[in-house]
Parts: sequence; C-alpha cells; structure tokens
Amino acid sequence: MAYKRQIDRLPIIPADAKEHNVVCHYCIVGCGYKAYTWDIDKQGTTDPAGNKFNVDLSQQQGADTEAWYAPAMYNIVKQDGKDVHIVIKPDVKCVVNSGLGSIRGARMAEMSYSAVRNTEQQRLTDPMVWRYGQMQPTSWDDALDLVARVTAAVIADQGEDALFVSAYDHGGAGGGYENTWGTGKLYFGSMKIKNIRIHNRPAYNSEVHATRDMGVGELNNCYEDAELADTIVVVGANSLETQTNYFLNHWIPNLRGISQDKKQQLLPNEPHEPARVIIVDPRRTVTINACEIEAGKDRVMHLAINSGTDLALFNAWLTYIADKGWVDKAFIDASTKDFDKAIAGNKTSLEEAARITGLTVDQIRQSAEWMAQPKEGGARRRSMFAYEKGLIWGNDNYRTNGALVNVALATGNIGRPGGGCVRLGGHQEGYARPSDAHVGRPAAYVDQLLISGQGGVHHIWGCDHYKTTLNALQFKQAYKRRTDLVKDAMSAVPWGDRPAMVAAITDAIKKGGLFSVDVDIIPTQIGQAAHVWLPAATSGEMNLTSMNGERRMRLTERYMDPPGSAMPDCLIAARLANNLERVFREMGKTEIADRFKGFDWKTEEDAFMDGYHQHEKGGQFVTYARLRAMGTNGFQEPAVGIEGQGATAQGTTTGQTPGMVVQGPAIEGARGKEPVQQATPTTATPPPAPPAGSEPIIGTQRLYADGKFNTKDGKAIFMETKWRGFEASGKEEESKKFAFLINNGRANHIWQSAYLDQENDFVMDRFPFPFIEMNPQDMAALNLKSGDLVEVYNDNGSTQAMAYPTDRAKPKQTFMLFGYPTGVQGNVVSAGVNEFIIPNYKQTWGNIRKLADAPEVVKGLSFKEKEYAPPV
Amino acid sequence: MKRCDLLVDLGRRRFLSGAGVAAAGVAASAVLPANETKAAVPTARVTYPSTRLGNVNELKLNEPLDVAYPDDDASGVLIKLGKRVEGGAGPEGDIVGFTTICPHKGYPLHYNSERRTLNCSGHYSVFDCEAGGQETWGHATQNLPQYSLRVDEKGDIYAEGVDELIYGRLSNVL
Ligand code: SF4
Ligand code: FES
Repeated sequence: MAYKRQIDRLPIIPADAKEHNVVCHYCIVGCGYKAYTWDIDKQGTTDPAGNKFNVDLSQQQGADTEAWYAPAMYNIVKQDGKDVHIVIKPDVKCVVNSGLGSIRGARMAEMSYSAVRNTEQQRLTDPMVWRYGQMQPTSWDDALDLVARVTAAVIADQGEDALFVSAYDHGGAGGGYENTWGTGKLYFGSMKIKNIRIHNRPAYNSEVHATRDMGVGELNNCYEDAELADTIVVVGANSLETQTNYFLNHWIPNLRGISQDKKQQLLPNEPHEPARVIIVDPRRTVTINACEIEAGKDRVMHLAINSGTDLALFNAWLTYIADKGWVDKAFIDASTKDFDKAIAGNKTSLEEAARITGLTVDQIRQSAEWMAQPKEGGARRRSMFAYEKGLIWGNDNYRTNGALVNVALATGNIGRPGGGCVRLGGHQEGYARPSDAHVGRPAAYVDQLLISGQGGVHHIWGCDHYKTTLNALQFKQAYKRRTDLVKDAMSAVPWGDRPAMVAAITDAIKKGGLFSVDVDIIPTQIGQAAHVWLPAATSGEMNLTSMNGERRMRLTERYMDPPGSAMPDCLIAARLANNLERVFREMGKTEIADRFKGFDWKTEEDAFMDGYHQHEKGGQFVTYARLRAMGTNGFQEPAVGIEGQGATAQGTTTGQTPGMVVQGPAIEGARGKEPVQQATPTTATPPPAPPAGSEPIIGTQRLYADGKFNTKDGKAIFMETKWRGFEASGKEEESKKFAFLINNGRANHIWQSAYLDQENDFVMDRFPFPFIEMNPQDMAALNLKSGDLVEVYNDNGSTQAMAYPTDRAKPKQTFMLFGYPTGVQGNVVSAGVNEFIIPNYKQTWGNIRKLADAPEVVKGLSFKEKEYAPPV
Repeated sequence: MKRCDLLVDLGRRRFLSGAGVAAAGVAASAVLPANETKAAVPTARVTYPSTRLGNVNELKLNEPLDVAYPDDDASGVLIKLGKRVEGGAGPEGDIVGFTTICPHKGYPLHYNSERRTLNCSGHYSVFDCEAGGQETWGHATQNLPQYSLRVDEKGDIYAEGVDELIYGRLSNVL
C-alpha cells in the first residue's frame, strides 16, 4: 500500500513571514526556492490580507499556482533556538526553474532536522568517539584534541603522506565555496597532502581532464542555449531524471517550439525550427520518451550504441562532417590548433563505426547531418553538446571526452548562442582551493593504497566509499580489518588517559591499523568503521554559496539552526587547524605549527572572504551582501565587475586577451569551473575592494564568446583520440565471462546515495531496495517475478537488488540503481580505471540469480512502466 | 543498522505512528483555519463530508467515472479495477477513487486503461491505481490522494475522506 502522510491541512504562511533565499542543495540545476519561517504560535489566514500570497485561500487554486505547497515542503524547525514553522517552496521568479520543484528538491523541508516532527532524526548532533566499544558523544574539544594528537603524531613519525584524505569537491549540500576552501586551505595550504581523493572517485583528479587540456572549461554555456539550439546532442545522460528542471524549463520549450520567438528575436538572420534531439545511450530512458512526446518521433534520434563505444561514434561524426565540409573553417583557423592532426589521427569511416557501435551507417550519417549540415540559406547549424556520467564513468573517459569536444569545436559550437559542449553535472559546484599541483598526474589511487595497507590516519569529509566507490567489497573488507585493529587498541585503554590512548592508537597504526575520522551530517556506512564522527551542518543551517551548471552563483541564506552542536565544515576545518597548531607547538615543532595559522574564522562568511573573495577569479567583486541582494538569480561566474562601475579592465573576463589575468594565485584545474590560467603579470593595479554594498554583480553568460580559450595562446586544441576498445584492465574479459551488462545510474526519486532519503518514508516506501531494470524475457528465464530479490555477482563481489521488469531494457542489458544503501552496485565494479584513475562504473558485467521472493515490504509496490503514455 | 526495520511495511508503520506524530505536531501548533477556532478539541484531520459519488451499477470495468470530492472544485475519478486491491471498496474490494489534480503542479491527470495508471501530461508523472496511487514515476512529492470509500447496501458509493493534501488547497475541505 502506497505511503500516505495523512496530512490534509497545512498552516498558512502569514503575510509577515520571514523570507530567505534558498537554492536547492541537491542537483546541479540549482533551482531557486524561498524559505518562509514564522513563529510557532502564529499562522496566516485564508483572506488575502492574511497570507503571504495575498490570495483568497478559501478557494481552490489553479495549476502552477504560487499559493500552494505540499506537505513535503513544510516542517517545524529550530531558528535561533526557537521552534518555527517553515515552508520551503520553489521560487517562480528564479530564471532557472520558474517555480518548478522536483521530487527531490521539493522535499527539502521534510528532509530537514526536526525534533518536533521526527524528521531526519539520523542527523549527528554531537561529536562521537569510539569509547567502551561503541560510538559515544563527547565535546568538540575532546574529539578535536584526539584527532589532532593522533594526526600530528602520525605526521611527525611518517610524514604528511601518511595522512589520507577523502574530501568532496562540490557545491550544494555539504559542499560549497566556504567548505571546500576550509578543507582546501588545511590540506593544500597548511599541508601538502598528496594522498587525497574526491567524493565519488578514488583519486584527486578531474572527471573531465580532456576538455580542460583542450582549453575548454566544461561548463561553458548557459541554460538558455538549450532554448536556442537547432539540435541538442546528449551523450550518456538522462536529464529528465537527473537535471530535471533544466530539462523541463529549458529543453522542453525548444522541443515544443515555444522558444521560437526568442530564437527569432535573438538570432534574427537565420531560419528556425523546433529543436531536434540526438541521444546517445545504450538504454531507452524516460528522457527519450519525453523528447518523443514533445518533439515528435521524427525529430528524436536515439542512438542505442553498444555500451562503451561512444568514442568510435564521435570520431566517425568528425570524419564525416569534415569530409562534407560542414566545419566552421573561420573559427577553426582563428581559435584552434591541431585540427588537421585530429582529422588524420581519428579517421573513422561510417562503416567502421557502425561495426563497433552496433548502429547502422544511416543512423550515424543522419545524426551527423542533424548536428552539422548547414541550415536553409547556408546558416551554420547551432548544436549544443551535453554529456554526463555515461561518458564520464564510461570506457576510455579521457579520449571519449576529447573526441566529443573535437566535434563541438569543428562545428564552431563553443562560445556561441545555442551551442556549448558541456557536462550536465551531478552536484552543484563550489570549488575554491589552493593549488593542487603537488598531487601530480596521474594522482595517487587512494583506495588501492588504503587496501594495500598504506596510510595511518584517514580524514573523511562528506564521502561514503562504502556506498559510492568501485571495487567496494574489497575496499570494505580491508578498511574494516584495518580500523578494527585501532578500535580494539582503543578499547583496551581508559578514555581519560590521553597519552596512553594516543600511544595505543599509534601503536596499532604501526601494526597496519588505520585511524579514521568521519566528518558528516549523518552516520554513514563508512562511518561504521570510523573512530571519530564530527557533526556537520548542511545548506540552510549555514550560509552557503555554490554555482549551478551554467555557473550561476547564489547564496543560500541560513534559515534554521544546525542540529545540536553541528558546525559548518569550514569551521570544523578551522578548529582542527587550531588544534593541530596547538599540538605541534606543544611538541616543540614551531615551524610546522606556524603553517596552521590563518584559521581564526568565526563564521562561514569569514571563510568565504578568506577563500573565494580573495582567491577566485572575479572573487573580489563578490560579497554576501551583494549575493543576498541578487536573490535566487545571482550572477553567472566569473564576475567581471559591479553594475554602475562597469566591467573591470584588469581582465577577469574569460580569455578576453590570450593568457588572461587571474586574481590571486592561479588555481590550475579548478574543479567546477573552467581551469584558470596562470596570470601574465599585469602592471595595472587591481581595483580597490568595493565597499560591502549591494550593487549587482556583472557576470559572464557564456565562456569563450570571444573565441579565446584557456591555453597559453588562447587557442583550443584538437585532440587525437584513437579508438582502442575497452581500455580499463579486465573489462574486455569481464564482458565475455558474464551474461549481463550491469549498467547503473541514478533515479528521479532519489538524491545521490540516499543519505537523507534513507530516512524519508516516501522514498523508502517506493524503493526499499535498489531496482535492477531487466528485460521481461530475461526475468522469465531466471524465473523471476516483479520485486523478487536477486543477487548480482561477478569476480569483484556481489550485491542485491529487486527485479523491475521493463521493455526498455534490452535483453541481457540491465540497469541498476547506483550507490543505494540497501544494495551497493559498486560491490561488483572492478578496480579497473583509466590512465588518470577515473573509474569505469558503467561497463560492468555480472551474473544474476534469484535470492528470494519479493519480501513483504516490496509487495504492493508499483512495478509498472515508468514511461508516461499520452492519452490514446 | 537503521534499515533492519525495512522488513515491516513502512507505509503502514508511518500510518500508525509517524503520521500521527505529524498530525499532532500540526494540530498542536494552532493550525486550524480561523473559522474553526471554536472547535474545542482539534481533530487530527479535517472533517470530511460524506458524499455520494455514484452507484456500483454505474461503474464499468476499467472505465473511469468522473466525480468531484470533497467539493465541485476538486475533480476525481472512481474506477472499478476488477481485482481486489488494498484500499479498494465494494463487494469485490476493487473500487478505488482518486483526485485527478496532479499533486506536482496541478495539471489534470488522464486515465490509461491499458496500464491502469493515471498519467499527467504536465510533466509526465505516472500514478498506479492498483497500488494505492503510488507514484510509479514523476515529480510530485506525494503519492496520489486517494478517497476513503464506503459502499452501502444499495450499492451507493460514498467518499468520506482523503489521505493526502489535494493540490491547490491548504485544507482539503475549504
Ligand atoms: S531539479 Fe535539481 S536543483 Fe532543481 S529542485 Fe530538483 S534536485 Fe533540486
Ligand atoms: S503537473 Fe503533473 S507532472 Fe507536473
């Protein structure tokens, strides 16, 4: 029976409720919301004067009304120590989502910590330590002292390389510029930590190295480009489910033809039609279905390639387009180099590509026509290229990424309206850190090093390897063994004897143990192995800045208190630095201690001003006061000036002159924004920091609009990207040995690894176990009924899922929900990575067998087709 | 771990405990509409009219009957599914009633008789009529509001309650 809240009435937002700017802290799209809070003892009334909407609420409101909110948008939370009502609802004035909410973001209120309404009671409220055989609460001082002493002892003994770090690099919940700067300054400023990894991959590297190496930052267009494009080319992405409101609010208008007027107006000298879409994906998705419904089947091309063969397809596109002379020669000559090299090196015939990809020659030819054949009258076709995890977590990441950028460059589609070659994104972005150059390339394969017994201390910031890494089973086994050694050592010492405790821990470390410190908002699965948990605050419990997939930066204002004594990560990092400084000083290591200075931040705004404001390109223009005034629309990074003062000549614009100037130390390979280039020293003095006023910030709608890219000479570089089959070691053999492709990814209902959703009854009622979508014939052959629990297994490990039949799944090709707490797909993903340690989750093969009939909790669930069907 | 309790039916568990907590929280914090403040003891749910929506004889197998509940502005359907389902009313336990205002953004739902789902042309949400209105796929943050139905000895079908908030109103009974 479907879960129902039995809530049939909600408190009305009074006219004088407080209003806060909020950006959804889940996916990359960064939809604008407003949080309204008001006193627990007050309420609005149905008459227009008595409510925030100035509307008669005793009447039924129509579709798309601003004057309604769902029970999931309501809660009772603490604000400055007092209970208040809160409604967090989509903001109609935000240009990103225009009032749309998704099944994830529109549950933000319900997924907040509330003691009154029992929501998210899993949140950590106190620092916790391994004491007397279990995790027990303690004070911040006690926990930080232990962490600092053990960390300092290990560094003093084995050097900084013995400190391993896992730290998210994203924006949105748990991330953001404040917090990445906090951890970045600690590990890359005070220290030079080399054995560090990012939240979703086992090394410290870019997921999109290739495009950056070519001089093309990966978030180079704006959401409006999807409204202006003639053709949208999508690779390995399911945007209706994973960039929901970007798709609904910006792609659909173009597919329906209702952005026609805008096209005519902005691009008057060429013919316009509703968009066409090409989607490269081995499986049929709800995105494809929605595109077909809106644009008509004849304007949607689904290229269901053999898994992992994208590269061959892109090379064939490039070859065919060049042969036909459909390239943008003027652009190539003025703004790029190595075009001829790439054409020669990547030559792939339609027939060859057809053989590798499993597509027909006609499909490949026609798709090339759709993206590059000049329009009537000879105008260049505007094509937007968009990719995500199907490419990023796919075979031969680096070359495949490069091969797609080749096509976008050759057709002149970067920096122009209706174009772009962009990753679509998972999280929002919010990266501000000192240089990571010392990490090197390829970066250390941190998970493998941990498995092989290296490292003495592990600091984890908002990552859960147990759910979201590859080779997860092996990792968990090794990690548990190593951390258990330390747990047993700790249990043998009285807690109050700090010197003996530190000695016992360091002794266990010498015997192969690992001391694990987990900073998170909830007890994670990897946290089960940790010795210290430090409770963090999330978005809305602190002021937090991030940017979305079109580099739109906003400030989410603090609207509620964090649970218990939880703190923003930037302040946890600062307090940890303070403690390390103290301990090193006590140890007589003054020189090391001095490196931990500069962490006297009291608020997240202090961290923001120290980090983003001083160190990021255009950061000098950005303050909380200005962001606050710009509401949920913010500005698009990089900032180039202040309204009224004009853009600043010192050149913080994107590549206006070759070798652009950046403010402060260059941050090579900055994640989440185009890599900034080392400054050629400028003689001009930087502008004086403007007063903390609220004048609007001038941003940058599209990168590379002037045809200058992020390379020394400003020219984008074409890349040679020869096809070389399955590149990660062991994948080819695995594909032959096991019967089923275990493709994997996200689903609409769930945010990320379900770290908050796992406490949300609405979600867990729908998916008590991860689904594995299977072809009905395959299910019949294995004697499976809907909802039966199956085991997925191969030589890497095993995991479980519930069988979900769908005709969309090709025979022998399954799709499993990724990173789910009750069945971790990563258990069956091999350790094979590319040359830069990028994992290859998508190309995984395994066998499937039945474990059990559908358990009670699964009975009665809907196992129907997820695809919408229009009225017949 | 936390999720061991998955082996109980989460939906029902919430119905018995969580929802009560939530409703109590709401009720205790003075949420009654102004015209109801005289009620001595606030009830957990609003008071619903008992409204005759039709007779079992009017229902044809797998063909939706347009109705409205709790008032004329709240459109809905009755469907005879021909198979006993949880929450189903009538002698065969196969009659269900749902709102047809999509709980995402309020667009009208249409019935797909082949799949027995209510579908939304607004943004493609799909609700399963045979699974209590569970959102098979979609954007709404709730499953589809379903009617509590009672069928009397004459075969008259009465709606007497709704289990989720209906789109476009902050109280199911206006
Ligand atoms: S589309 Fe993404 S950003 Fe927007 S509400 Fe949904 S989860 Fe949040
Ligand atoms: S209104 Fe129904 S899916 Fe949006």
